[in-house]
Parts: sequence; C-alpha cells; structure tokens
Amino acid sequence: MIALWMYLLVAAALFCIGTYGVLTRRNAVSILMSIELMLNAVNINLVAFWRYLTPQNMSGQAFSAFVFVIAAAEAAVGLAIIISVYRNRKSVIVDDVNLLKW
Amino acid sequence: MITINAQSIAFILFSLFILGGGLGVVTTRNLIHGALYLVLSLFGVAGFFVLLSAPFLAAVQVLVYIGAIAILIIFAVMLTRSMTSLTEAFNRQWWLGALVGALLFVFLAAGIILPVWGAGSAYAGQPVSEVVATTTDLGVALVDGNQYVLPFEVASLLLTAAMIGAIVIARDDE
Repeated sequence: MIALWMYLLVAAALFCIGTYGVLTRRNAVSILMSIELMLNAVNINLVAFWRYLTPQNMSGQAFSAFVFVIAAAEAAVGLAIIISVYRNRKSVIVDDVNLLKW
Repeated sequence: MITINAQSIAFILFSLFILGGGLGVVTTRNLIHGALYLVLSLFGVAGFFVLLSAPFLAAVQVLVYIGAIAILIIFAVMLTRSMTSLTEAFNRQWWLGALVGALLFVFLAAGIILPVWGAGSAYAGQPVSEVVATTTDLGVALVDGNQYVLPFEVASLLLTAAMIGAIVIARDDE
C-alpha cells in the first residue's frame, strides 16, 4: 500500500504551488483559486493522517468536513467582494485596489 | 519501494492530476483554462479521498468543489471580464514568490522525509488498522453531543452568515 509520506509529499507540493500562486498572481480570481488549492492540500493531509494513524476515530474526517464548509464560505464571500470591487473600480487586478494602501 | 498494483497506479495518476492541475492554475493566463485546471486538480484530490477510504468526503469534494465552487469561480471570471483585460499575469516579484514556494517545499519535504529516511522496514508507513470508520460513524460523530455537534452548528451558522453576507456585498445598491 502507499506509504503515508507519499501523500504528505504530494500535499506539500500542492500547498507550495498554491503559495506561489497567491504570492505572484495579479488577478484576484486567480488568487482565490490558489487559496482553494492550499485548502485542498490541507484536506489531503487531514484525511491521510486520519487514515494512517486514527482510522477508527472520526476527528480527521470531521475536521476535513469543516474545512469544506470554510472553503465554501470563503469562495462565496471572496467572489462577492471581487464582483463588488469590479463594479466600483472596473478592475480585478489586486495592484489597482490600493485605497487602503499607506 | 512501490509495488505496481492498481492502487499505486491510481495514486500516481491522481498525483499527476493534482500537481499538473495545480501548476496549470498558477501558470495559465486564460482564467477559464485556469478554472478547468482547478477542476482537474480537485478531481485528483477526490481520487485521493477514495484511495484513503473516505468515500463520503470524495463525494462531497465532487459535489461542493467541482459542482459549486468551480462553477462559482467561472461565473466570477465571466462577470468581471478579467480574462480579456489581463496584460500581465504575474506581478514583478514573481521570482521571489517562486523562491519562497520552492524553499517552503524543500523545508516541508525535509520535514516529511527525514523522519522516515533510512528507517527501512522499521517504518512501514502502513495504516495502524484496516478497520476504518464508515460514513455512518462520520454522521454520528457530527451530531453526537460528546463529539462535534457544537462545531457542526457553528459551521452551519458560519455558512448561513457567509451566504447572506455574499448576497449583501454583491448586490447592486441602487
């Protein structure tokens, strides 16, 4: 069977790809997609540790379910904010949204 | 190290889906393509959940992520026309971001691999038990007063508040 560290390695790689996307993309929708990637990496880790270490205890899957809820809420609010920003500034490039920048 | 069987082939295939899709999301200029790459990556994660014997989470992954969030993102891309106005996909510090991502991966990989490096057969990396809690147990755990009923209710409240908030924010105030 697949060893635990392989799942963790794939999840780590996915998390770092998401980090790169969040740090470098200029489009707000792209940044949101990268955040979804990072949340998925966390989910893989939670479920992998649950399966390999405590498969009879529901903690890992329950936490993963809560991450789903948070991700859905985050996507809904984030996209609403993006649409609102676009309506006001005609742009979704995060560099252009600098009203609060000192 | 990996014996070739259906499970390891599926693992490699889903890993390729996840990482290839993820790289596509962060590199492509066309946001619609990016959203489709995201769907590929999320599908790979659903496959991982099946491999990890969490079928309920795999179904939720397909329904919520691929069915709802990806569609929501495509809607947002279309509503903001952000794919046509895009001249430069990356900001000026893209090399710094790549460096941070690569360094983070190196440290994470060291933290994952070093503890099991050279352990050989002493570390089998196998599950402690083949008896796995089922979806029924998950459902019971989420409404059991001794387990997760309070976080479950709080999550429901958060989701309701987020939906109302999203409608209020995105609404056109005349």
